[in-house]
Amino acid sequence: MKYKLGEKKGMRVAYGETLVKLGKEFPNLVVLDADLSGSTKTSMFAKVFPDRFFNVGVAEQNMMGMAAGLARMGKLVFASTFAMFATGRAWEQIRNSIAYPNLNVKIVATHSGITVGEDGATHQMTEDMAIMRCIPNMRVISPTDYYETKSVIEWCARNEGPVYVRMPRRDTETVFASEEDAKFQFGKGRILEEGSDVTIVATGEMVPEAIKALELLKQEGIDAQLISMATIKPIDEDMIVNSTNDLIVSVEDHNIIGGLGSAIGEIIADHGLNKRLLRLGIRDVFGISGSATDLLRYYRLDGESIYRRVVEELRG
Amino acid sequence: MSTTPSIKNTDLEELERIAKRIRYNIVKMIGLAKSGHPGGSLSATDIIVALYFKIMNHDPKNPDKKDRDIFVLSKGHACPALYAVLAELGYFDKEELWKLRKVGALLQGHPSISIPGVEASTGSLGQGFSVAVGMALGCKLDKLNNTVYVLLGDGECQEGQVWEAAMAAHHYKLDNLIGFIDRNKLQIDGCTEDVMSLGDLKEKFKAFGWDVFEIDGHNFQEIIETVNTAKSLKNGKPKMIIANTVKGKGISFMEDKVEFHGKAPSEEELERALKELSEDI
Repeated sequence: MKYKLGEKKGMRVAYGETLVKLGKEFPNLVVLDADLSGSTKTSMFAKVFPDRFFNVGVAEQNMMGMAAGLARMGKLVFASTFAMFATGRAWEQIRNSIAYPNLNVKIVATHSGITVGEDGATHQMTEDMAIMRCIPNMRVISPTDYYETKSVIEWCARNEGPVYVRMPRRDTETVFASEEDAKFQFGKGRILEEGSDVTIVATGEMVPEAIKALELLKQEGIDAQLISMATIKPIDEDMIVNSTNDLIVSVEDHNIIGGLGSAIGEIIADHGLNKRLLRLGIRDVFGISGSATDLLRYYRLDGESIYRRVVEELRG
Repeated sequence: MSTTPSIKNTDLEELERIAKRIRYNIVKMIGLAKSGHPGGSLSATDIIVALYFKIMNHDPKNPDKKDRDIFVLSKGHACPALYAVLAELGYFDKEELWKLRKVGALLQGHPSISIPGVEASTGSLGQGFSVAVGMALGCKLDKLNNTVYVLLGDGECQEGQVWEAAMAAHHYKLDNLIGFIDRNKLQIDGCTEDVMSLGDLKEKFKAFGWDVFEIDGHNFQEIIETVNTAKSLKNGKPKMIIANTVKGKGISFMEDKVEFHGKAPSEEELERALKELSEDI
């Protein structure tokens, strides 16, 4: 296998580091946060560029509106908080104040998905990709690892218009060897491994789990193709259409309704593809408290569970 | 166009004439569209006319010029007033007014930045206020000497976001932000104090750290003088002007009538309204 899992590193740390780098290059870059800068790592930017950092307090709706106003005045705006509050609390502000006028605001949310862990259901955002994906003008990106996050944030700064980026709280294994190796291509899936028995499409923090599953499948004699799908919208339609396997398995730390699995299902339906789709994710339930590792096992989203479910599906 | 501190009587008479023409066009465009919000457009007319014809530094030929004053209509449903003013000033062809709310028309049912002269896409209440706060902050960052104006409805102040924005404007010391509340005391479902009492808006904004003024929102002299005073106070505090107004102002049978919040006049009502307004315009 071309890609080997590396040490665990935080995507949100990559975000903070990249903001600092970009802050030097873009004098019009400003960062907003809603009292979670320590957690989202925008605090790293705040330390270097205190005059261009605005902590708006626990007021996400106003943050999105202010982001829109600043963007209208020519600023390159990054607005951050947890995925729950960014997309849930302030959904309509994102839709009407940012996306409708197509303003240059990058909403970068941390603490996505079930792996938020101990804080439980009220903080585990498993609907964000669904509710961001259905907003016109909005692009949705779920980076794979630390290195790709850096490349994604760079891409955000260099491309006009609204973007939603989600990343988890926990540190995850790196998939790529360097930022260069991870060079993000917007709208393109990435084939990490070729295989002729099944196609596994994973996004974000689920990619390392899928890689673990692939190792186990290989031992079982099952040859899986693995696609890392960082851009959720616009999704890489061609890659799904051109995959030659009959079974596609989507893996996401998100409700199986509305996210990656749904997006793939739409492609299968639109093109009348003769493929089966197994959607792995959170099966339309609210989360519970627990450690990230225990929760992944509980919701059958860890490498070993993914492996077992693929085997069950292939062999019955 | 730039601010002139002294106001001549001839100027005030001219503003009255313009406002009447604007009201004529508001009622006509809503009547032709058979849809829209006449009540709140008419109550806000004089404020918007004063801003665009007397107070603000802006240029219809160069709508994006960097140091322009900015106006955000947070109560976006009053856009017929804004559209009529922008058309009068040449931001776009006046003929567009008669296509309001029609498929393929430039003029959308609520303000959109796709329309020349419109600074923010608004209409979902509370949101334009936050956008204006962000704009005022952006102007401060760029060390501009301009002013950002934002017009809110009184019913709009029931939105929680309004108070988030009010807090932020004070926190960031945005003395380049001047707000107006179109205090016409009515909202779709009835009197503001019956639906959800706003209480003492003056004290509320004061408590949020704003300089607050209260005026007659149909008196051009008061509007202009109060803005001049507000602009001169470079004290790090945002300014709120509570403008007491009459919903449906200028058309006898619409004045203070809640049913004309979001209802277009019938053909017969339109004829009556236009007749009332057509003298000396």
